[in-house]
Amino acid sequence: MLDSIGSYGPPGPQPAPKLIVDGVSKWFRTPRASVHALDDINLSVGDGEFICLVGPSGCGKSTLLDIIAGLTRADAGRVTADGQLVEGPGRHRLVMFQESALFPWLTAFGNVMFGLKLVPDLSRAERRETALRYLRMVGLERFAHANVHELSGGMRQRVAFARSLAPDPHVLLMDEPLSALDALTREQLYADIQRIQQDRRKTIILVTHNVREAVCLGDRVILLSPTPGRIRESFPIHLPRPRDVNSIQLAEYTERITAALKGYIVPETV
Amino acid sequence: MKRFVLAFLFFVALAGAWQLMVQTGRWSPVLLPSPRDVAVYLWSAAQDGTLVAAIGVTLRRLLVGYAIGLAIGLPLGLLSSSVRFVEDTVGVLALGLQTLPSVCWVPLALIWFGQTEGAMLFVVIMGTVWSVMIATDTGARTIPRVYARAARTMGSEGFHKWTRVILPAALPHLITGMKQGWAFAWRSLMAAEIYVTVLSGFGLGHLLHYGRELNAMDQVIAVMLVIVAIGLLADKALFGPWEHFLHRRWGINAREA
Repeated sequence: MLDSIGSYGPPGPQPAPKLIVDGVSKWFRTPRASVHALDDINLSVGDGEFICLVGPSGCGKSTLLDIIAGLTRADAGRVTADGQLVEGPGRHRLVMFQESALFPWLTAFGNVMFGLKLVPDLSRAERRETALRYLRMVGLERFAHANVHELSGGMRQRVAFARSLAPDPHVLLMDEPLSALDALTREQLYADIQRIQQDRRKTIILVTHNVREAVCLGDRVILLSPTPGRIRESFPIHLPRPRDVNSIQLAEYTERITAALKGYIVPETV
Repeated sequence: MKRFVLAFLFFVALAGAWQLMVQTGRWSPVLLPSPRDVAVYLWSAAQDGTLVAAIGVTLRRLLVGYAIGLAIGLPLGLLSSSVRFVEDTVGVLALGLQTLPSVCWVPLALIWFGQTEGAMLFVVIMGTVWSVMIATDTGARTIPRVYARAARTMGSEGFHKWTRVILPAALPHLITGMKQGWAFAWRSLMAAEIYVTVLSGFGLGHLLHYGRELNAMDQVIAVMLVIVAIGLLADKALFGPWEHFLHRRWGINAREA
C-alpha cells in the first residue's frame, strides 16, 4: 500500500516531485521514556499538489510538518525539497500556524511585509505592491493598516495566509490553520483557499484532524495512525472544484476515511 | 476631563483638611507647618535658585545612572534568558542582589568611592541593573515560541531574528522592566543623597536632609512634594508614549500588564 503513495497527483504529465520525505523517523526522549513519534515516513508531493495529512492527536502529523519545515530534526531519514536536502528552516518552506502567529507589534500590512523584506532582489515598491495584492486576495485590503488585535480570528488567519503566500514559497506548510475558528468562518476560508489555490497552484501540505476539511481542500488525503506515527493509507479525492464542504459526495469520502481512521485506532487502544 | 477634575478636587480637599488640622492648634507649627508655609518655602527656593539647582543635580545623576543601568541590565536579561550558563551564574546573583534594599549599597559605595559622584552613580546603577535584568529575562522567556518559529520559516535568523522579532515581542515586558528599574533608581538615589554629602552637587535628597537638620519642616514637606511630583512627571513623560503605543498597537492596557 505504501508503494502506491506518490502515484497520485494532479492530472497531466508528472514532473519530478517537489518534495520527498524519505524514510523519516523520530523519537522524543524524556528522562523517563522514549516515545516513538514517527516511523519510516515516505511521502512524495508533486508540484502544485495539495496534500492533507489527517490523523488523531498524537499521530505525529505536526512533528512531520516541523521536520519538513526544518524546525525539527529527524532521527532517521531525510527530506528533500526541489532536490535540495532540508537542513534547517528557510523561506522556501513557509509554515502557517494554528494559533495566530501574526506579530502584534506590526500592522496587517507590516506582517505581510515581514516575509517579503527577506526576499532578495525586490525593490521597495515591488514589496509594497505585492503585500497589498495579497491582502486584496484575501479580502482585507481595507484593513491593511489595522492592528492585529483589532482583527477577528478569521481575519487574522486570512492575514497569516497572505503573509505565507506573499514571499512565494516553494512549499506552503499549514499546521491546523483553521481549527481555532468557528464553523462559519472556517467554511468561508475553505472557499477562499480553494479560489486562491485554483489561481496560484501552490504546493501545499496541510495538517488537520478534521477529515471533512481534508477532503474539501486536498487533492490527496493521507491517513496517519498514532504510536508510532505511520502513514496508513492515501486517498485521492476525485471531486470537482470548488468543493462545497457540505456536499453529499464530500460526506461519502469523509465517511470512508473516518471509518478507515477508526480501524487504525481502536484495535491498538482497546 | 471628568477624572482630572475629580483628582484636582481631591487634592484641594486634602490641602483643606491639612489647613484645618493646622488651625486646630493641637500641633506645634514646628512639627506641622501650614500648606501656606510650604508654598512660601517652595516659592522662595524657586526664586533664589536652590530648588532648580537641586532638581538639576538630582535629575542628572538619575538619568546617567539609569541609562547605564539599562545599558547593562537589558542585554544581561536577554543573555540570561537564552544562555543557560548566564542564567545559572549572573541570573542567580541578580535574584539575590535584587532583594537587597538599595540603601544597603551606600556604606560600600562610600568606602569604595568616597564622597564623590561615583558613589552616587554606583548606588543608582546597583539599584537599577538587577531589577531591569530580571524583568527583561522574564519578558524574553514568556514570548510565545510561535513568533520565533514563524520568523525562522520566513528566513529570519540570528541578528535579524533578535532585533526584528525577539526584542519587539518582548517590548511590553521590557517596558515593565524599565519602569520598575526607574522606580528603583529613584529610590536608590534618594537614599544615597540623604546619607552621603557630596561636595560636587547639592541634590534634592540633601535639601531634604538639611531641612531635617535645621528642623525646617516646611522645607522637608516641600521637598517631599517636589520628589513626588518629579516621580509622577517622569513616569508620564518617559513611559507615557510607550504605553500609549502598546495600547494602540498591541491592545495592551499597560496598567494591567
